[in-house]
Amino acid sequence: MERWTRTHQNLLWAVSAVTIGIALFLVFLVAPREATMGDIQRVFYFHVPAAWVGYLALFVSFVASLLYLRRRESRWDRLAFSSAEIGLVFITQGIITGSFWAKATWGVWWTWEPRLTTSAVLWTIYASYLTLRRAMEEQGRRERVAAVYSILGFVAVPINFMAIRWWRTVHPLVFEGGGSNLTPAMLRVLIFCIVAFTLFYLAVLSLRLGIAWAEEQVEQLRYE
Amino acid sequence: MSMTRQVWTLVLKDLSLEKRSREMLSSMFIFALLVVLVFSFSFDLRVEVMSGVAPGVLWVAIAFAGMLGLARSFVLERDQGCLDGLLLCPVDRSLLYLGKLVSNLLFISLTELVVVPLCFALFNLTFHWLLLPIVLLGTIGFSAVGTIVSAMTVHARAREVMLPILLFPLVLPALIAAVKLTGGVLDGQPWREIQNWMQLLVGFDVIFLVVSYLAFEYVIEE
Repeated sequence: MERWTRTHQNLLWAVSAVTIGIALFLVFLVAPREATMGDIQRVFYFHVPAAWVGYLALFVSFVASLLYLRRRESRWDRLAFSSAEIGLVFITQGIITGSFWAKATWGVWWTWEPRLTTSAVLWTIYASYLTLRRAMEEQGRRERVAAVYSILGFVAVPINFMAIRWWRTVHPLVFEGGGSNLTPAMLRVLIFCIVAFTLFYLAVLSLRLGIAWAEEQVEQLRYE
Repeated sequence: MSMTRQVWTLVLKDLSLEKRSREMLSSMFIFALLVVLVFSFSFDLRVEVMSGVAPGVLWVAIAFAGMLGLARSFVLERDQGCLDGLLLCPVDRSLLYLGKLVSNLLFISLTELVVVPLCFALFNLTFHWLLLPIVLLGTIGFSAVGTIVSAMTVHARAREVMLPILLFPLVLPALIAAVKLTGGVLDGQPWREIQNWMQLLVGFDVIFLVVSYLAFEYVIEE
């Protein structure tokens, strides 16, 4: 979105930097120490927001792909792949922090539990999506085909979740994990972290959109 | 021409092409046989109960061989501008999808006619009639996604690599359901316990048939 001016962007970065700073302070110094898991539980304040932002970003990419096919305006395509790229990074962070936590609490790095598996599959779908974009040069076709793939991929997510949920019957620890045994103080910190991560996502997205826009301008100039 | 006639004409075109060249089916057969044999050898070294891995081996063989067929499906239309000819046909573009889907379905099913009995022989399994609808539904789901993904990769660089990368994440639910159903039937589980999977497989087939049918014209558009 070319209408994002420098000032907007700087403002967004400033706000995001401040909130991330406060979030770090809250996580390490304010949030209470978890009784059974100890300090390792603090990874939770990064794990949940990262996963949340990852899913949000990929959802944004899906919606932008739908809008691109309808409107055929290149800004929707730029939003689709910028958001997919960032979403992939956050999902990766979610998976890595999650596996640290899993090692500490369940004793394994990985288990084929529904939410983990869904995240892993989602990761492969959007990694494939970005590979597809790189493998196509022809303008117009690349955007269209990528948009269709993003839509097919997102449609597959709920089906995947169901499939894996039946395959491995619900793993109680993860499903209640957080939600049930969270004190109000912990919940406040968590919500703050989610807000901070979402702002950070928006800041990175604005930067990435700017780059995408510049890339497109360069490409157009080259063909003129 | 009615819609079915149009689709059938497109399918006949693919069939007569295959009848004359005989390159797709033969390579799919051989590859499927190789997959089953390689699995059979490698598992035989460690696995105690071979019938336990049979459903997985069967579906991996079908998926790999099917992928080989899908990789050719649209690429062979690129030679000598066949794809442009198809696009110029006075038919609805979505029918091109249905035509390709039916011919892919036929090719994969023909391969299965060889692979499934071979699996049963090598892994010492007993046949059950319920396997027929399961294999058919799994193949429909696989081909529904495979046909559109195959059309996507036609214009990509390194398309032989792109097809499996794009295809497998999407067909995963269908494969899981098909393996679960096959295993359940072979183990003689009551239908009540596995009917969830049947619903999932049918749901997958319907959803992806509809979405791919609708999205196909965006993929093929010039």
